[in-house]
Amino acid sequence: MSGPGRPLAHWQHRLAERGIDSQLWLLVPALVFVVALFLYPFFYGLTLSFQPTNGGPFSDYARFFSDSYERGTIWITLRIALPAALLNVLAAVPIAYRMRGRFRGKRLVTTLLVVPITLGTVLTAQGLLNFLGPTGWFNRILLASNLVDEPVRLTHNYWGVFFSLVITGFPFAFLLVLSYLSGIDPTLERAAATLGADWRRRFTRITLPLLMPGLATTFCLTFVLAFSVFPSAVLVGNPAGETRVISLAAYQAAYEQYDYPYASAIAMIMGFVELVIIAVVLAARSRFYTGSTGGKG
Amino acid sequence: MSAFTQLRLDGVSRRFGGQAALTELDLTIEAGEFIALLGPSGCGKSTALNCLAGLLPLTEGSIWQDERRIDTLPPERRGFGMVFQSYALFPHLTVRANIAFGLRMRRLPKEETRRRTEEAVRLVRLEDHVDKLPGQLSGGQQQRVAIARAVVFEPSLVLMDEPLSNLDAKLRLEMRTEIRRLHQSLGLTTVYVTHDQEEALSLADRLVVLREGRVQQIGSPRDLHTRPANWHVADFMGYRNLWRGRVQQSDGDRAIVESSGHRLLGEVVGDLQPRADAVVAVRPEDIRVDQPGETRNAMSATVEVVEYQGRELAAEARTDTGLLLHLRTEQRIAPGDQVKLAVDPQRLLVYPADAARETDRLPEAAGTTR
Repeated sequence: MSGPGRPLAHWQHRLAERGIDSQLWLLVPALVFVVALFLYPFFYGLTLSFQPTNGGPFSDYARFFSDSYERGTIWITLRIALPAALLNVLAAVPIAYRMRGRFRGKRLVTTLLVVPITLGTVLTAQGLLNFLGPTGWFNRILLASNLVDEPVRLTHNYWGVFFSLVITGFPFAFLLVLSYLSGIDPTLERAAATLGADWRRRFTRITLPLLMPGLATTFCLTFVLAFSVFPSAVLVGNPAGETRVISLAAYQAAYEQYDYPYASAIAMIMGFVELVIIAVVLAARSRFYTGSTGGKG
Repeated sequence: MSAFTQLRLDGVSRRFGGQAALTELDLTIEAGEFIALLGPSGCGKSTALNCLAGLLPLTEGSIWQDERRIDTLPPERRGFGMVFQSYALFPHLTVRANIAFGLRMRRLPKEETRRRTEEAVRLVRLEDHVDKLPGQLSGGQQQRVAIARAVVFEPSLVLMDEPLSNLDAKLRLEMRTEIRRLHQSLGLTTVYVTHDQEEALSLADRLVVLREGRVQQIGSPRDLHTRPANWHVADFMGYRNLWRGRVQQSDGDRAIVESSGHRLLGEVVGDLQPRADAVVAVRPEDIRVDQPGETRNAMSATVEVVEYQGRELAAEARTDTGLLLHLRTEQRIAPGDQVKLAVDPQRLLVYPADAARETDRLPEAAGTTR
């Protein structure tokens, strides 16, 4: 670099004052990533959805909502994703609560709880089919112990998809809740104990209120994961009927009917529904205390 | 929880793994007393407090509230108030709700909860801050909330775990007076943990000095100030001059000790064997400087370092034989001055030296000081 002349140094310093300096170049990879992989496809899809093969700009949206078979996919997806996300969060709380301290074997237990995250949907689906299918271990035990007369149907329907979402979503929720919990200063509960609160009230009055914002965030993330369910809806669900989720409708529009504008419209609707749910949860979250909770996290 | 007339700790011990944190603490606390547990960090004082609060189970021993055994009760059923070092205020609750928490847990009538909360708020002078969250308060204010929260339900015992250690020096003095004032006006039995001897002396009716998990001495502030039970306690209580020496002559009450070529006459504390190793302890303020006619335990020395401390000067001086002395004086002295020093034999304490390893760090025989 040539020696900077006086005017040059001047504007460089002025920019640096405002936080603009050569370090900003470090942001470039991230920016490229966001623009190329998120912003461009999103706006491409958005504009595409307003250019239907037939009719005016909104006719694909109108088509989706006028067809009850298509419209119903929203409800079908919500019916799977909301309870699955809720169960994941609620099941993670007591387990994480018991595990927030330090104890021997904590790492082992955590690993066991988190392993399903590494399995992937297909392996999970395969396992579910083997275990919960009509001739799987679960039904064989039920039959052998005379609890049921005929195999319980737990795969290729709503429950298959639901279980799959719980298995893959729980570790995720558990890790998040555990880190939120360890961010709460344990002295607070000790203080509550000396003030006369038994463990139930320590949990409901102190820990839970402080944990609620974290639970809301965890719920949003697991919900988004569950709402975009696709492989398990096909593999362990009933993709023609009760588990014809919205992503399946978009897939069919795009790759069976080759109607990209319509598929884009469905994708936009899907995103909008997710945003509505997240907005509701975050609005509820803001009613709780969201400041420092004094812990190490 | 009802008040008691006596709280008795009977051989209370706590081990962590194989490590003994507290060994056989015996202590009887009378109602209304202010007890300070005092000692350097790691001496077991916080362990003792947590055992008392029920936050830490005992390894051995028992705790009795009059004739009722309480060490098996969980903390929420002991009814002791506790002030934590970090205050542990509930960040999502307002000052008012924090203070009322203990009353709510006791399911008192709404009206009474409100009245007693208001009283406690007034007691700690936080009337203007009741609707704030703890995060919006200064350190001193948070401290006052923590105290109000711990005393509002009139606990039979208040436990304080180094409550002033997170405050700056000025605030610490103010809060110290505040705590003493509260204790006097409410008559609450208090156990106070601190590593600051000045704090303990000024607050407590009785002090318990711990070292390595064991009680070293239990006594009034005066006892501890004037007659520490062993040289470790003396060290902790501000006897900055600790010299190794050898007993020349002793009648059990008084002894003459030779240290760094000086023959020193002092009061014997403990079991001193003739010709045994001894430790001599003197407070800096008990060394007199240039007092004409003062001949007992006289030494001549050269002033080395002088610190200005307002009315007094704190100084280090070295005797001709090389012994280093810490002293405090109102005399105007300067580095390099030759001074005549003297110590009243009643204020020069002679302790038996324990394990040689322990006394190694003390100044010893002539020429090899420091």
